[in-house]
Amino acid sequence: MKSLQKYITLGPPAIWLGIFFVAPLLIIFVYSFFERGIYGDIVYTFSLDNYLRAIDPLYAKTLWRSTWISVVSTLICLVLGYPLAWYIARQSAKMKKLLLVLLIVPFWTNFLVRTYAWIFILRTEGLLNNTLLSLGLISSPLEILFTQTAVIIGLVYTYLPFMVLPIYVSIEKLDRALFDACRDLGATSWQSFKSIMLPLTKPGIISGCILVFVPCLGAYITPDLLGGAKSLMVGNLIQVQFLAARDWPFGAALSFIVMAIVLLLLFAYARWGTNNFDKAAEAK
Amino acid sequence: MSKFNAGRFFLGLHAWGVFAFIYAPILILIVFSFNQERINAVWTGFTLDWYRRLLTDADLLDSVYNSLVVGLTSTAIATILGTMAALAMHRYVFRGKKLFDAILYLPIVIPEIVMAVSLLTFYVFIQLTLGLVSVIIAHITFNIAFVFVIVQARLAGMGSDLENAAADLGATSWQTFRFVTLPVIAPGVISGALLAFTISWDDFMIAFFTAGVGGTTLPMRVYSMIKFGVTPEINAISTITILFTMLLILLAVRLEGIFKTAKTIGT
Repeated sequence: MKSLQKYITLGPPAIWLGIFFVAPLLIIFVYSFFERGIYGDIVYTFSLDNYLRAIDPLYAKTLWRSTWISVVSTLICLVLGYPLAWYIARQSAKMKKLLLVLLIVPFWTNFLVRTYAWIFILRTEGLLNNTLLSLGLISSPLEILFTQTAVIIGLVYTYLPFMVLPIYVSIEKLDRALFDACRDLGATSWQSFKSIMLPLTKPGIISGCILVFVPCLGAYITPDLLGGAKSLMVGNLIQVQFLAARDWPFGAALSFIVMAIVLLLLFAYARWGTNNFDKAAEAK
Repeated sequence: MSKFNAGRFFLGLHAWGVFAFIYAPILILIVFSFNQERINAVWTGFTLDWYRRLLTDADLLDSVYNSLVVGLTSTAIATILGTMAALAMHRYVFRGKKLFDAILYLPIVIPEIVMAVSLLTFYVFIQLTLGLVSVIIAHITFNIAFVFVIVQARLAGMGSDLENAAADLGATSWQTFRFVTLPVIAPGVISGALLAFTISWDDFMIAFFTAGVGGTTLPMRVYSMIKFGVTPEINAISTITILFTMLLILLAVRLEGIFKTAKTIGT
C-alpha cells in the first residue's frame, strides 16, 4: 500500500522528466558524435570531428569571445553588486525586505522586453544619443548598439541580482563585532575591508560570480538583439547550426561543450559555495 | 553620528544609482509608450494611439491567445507534477533519489538554448509535428522544476511532525495529505503556479525553437516586431506585459514564494 502510493506520487513526474528532459539530452549527446549529410540529414557514423571542429580557430574564436564577454560582465556585476549588497545588508529589516524585492521583481519581468528597452535607449536615434546631442555633450551620435559594449550592458543589466543576492547573504552572516573590533584596533576602513570583509564574504563572491557567469555563457537573446556580427556568442553559433546551417551534429557538440563548462562550474559552486544547486535555482 | 560619513554617503549614492540603472530602462519604455512621436525618441505629446493599434493587430491578438493557452495548460500540469515530485522527495526513500533530485534542478541551471535544441531534436526524432502542443510540453518540462523548488522549500519548512501526528491519530494517508499537508503547502503551490505561469508567459527561447508554424506565442511575436524595427507599438505591448508580470510576481511575493527563497540563497 505504502509502496503503491510512493509510485503513484513519484511515477508521473519521474516519467515526464525522463521522456522530455533526460531523453532529449541523451539524443543530442549521441548526435554530437555523428556527422552531417549533404542535405542536412544525419549520417550515423561515429566520429569526433564535431568536437575537433569546435576548437578550429574559426569557431574557437566565438567560444573565446563568449568567455571574454562573460568574464567582463561578471566582473562588472561584482563591482556594482558588492557595494549594493553591503548597503542593503546595513538597512533596517523592513528596508532590507523592500530593497530585495525591488531588486528581484524586474528580473522576473519579460527578458525580451527589458533587452528591447536597451535598443530603444542605445540606438543611433535613441534616447541616449538624442539627450546627449540636445545637451551639446556630443556632436555626432555614439554607436553603442550592435557592439560588444551593448551586449555587456545587457548581460550586466539582466544578471546583476544573481551577484547581489549571494553576497548579501554572506555579508548578513558576518559578525559585525569583528569589523568594529578591527576599526577599534586602529585599522583604516580599507584595511578592515581587505582583511575582514573580503575573506569572510569570499563564498558569496564566488557563488555570485558563478551564478552570473553561467547564464552569460549560454546567452542568446542579448547578443542576438544588442550585438552585431562581431559580438556573436556561442549561443548564436548553436542557433545557426540548428535553424540555418542544418548541421545538427555540430550544434549538438557545441551545446555539450557549453553544458559541460556550466555543469563543471556549478559542481565547483556546490563544493565551494556553502550550498548546492537549489539556492541558485531558488534565486532564479 | 552627526559627523558626515563620506563612505556611507557614497555607498548610498551607489546603491540608488544601481537601482536607477535597473528601473530607468523600464520606466523609459513605459513613458514612451504614450508618446505621439513615432520615429525619434523625443517627447512630443501624450497619446493612447499605440495601445489602440494593438487591439487591431490580429497577429498580435492571436499570439496573446496562444500564450494564454500555453501558459494556463502548462502551468496546470506542471503544478501538479512539480508538487508530486516535491512530495515524493519529502516523504519517500527510493533508489536513485539523489539522481532524481539533480534532474529536478537541471532544467533551471542548464543554458536555455541547450534545452531548446535538445527538445527540438527530440521532437524531430519522434516525429511530433511542431505547434502549440510541442511548446506546451516544453513549458511543462521546465516549469516542473520551478514548482518543485518552491513547494519543496515549503515542505522543508513544515517538517514531518504534523504529518506523523495526524497518522498517529489514525488519519489515512489521503486524509493526512488532504487536511494536513495540503493546507500547509497551499501558499507554496499557488505561488509556484504563479511563477510557472510568469515564466511560460515570458519564455521566448524555448518557444522559438519548438513552436513551428501556427504556434507563435506573444514573446515570439514581440521578437519579430523588434527585429523588424523599433516602433511605439512595441513599447505599448511591452508596458502591458511588464505591468502584468509585475502584478503576478508581487502576488507571488505576498504569498511568500520568492522573497523567502531569495533570502536563503547562498546560505
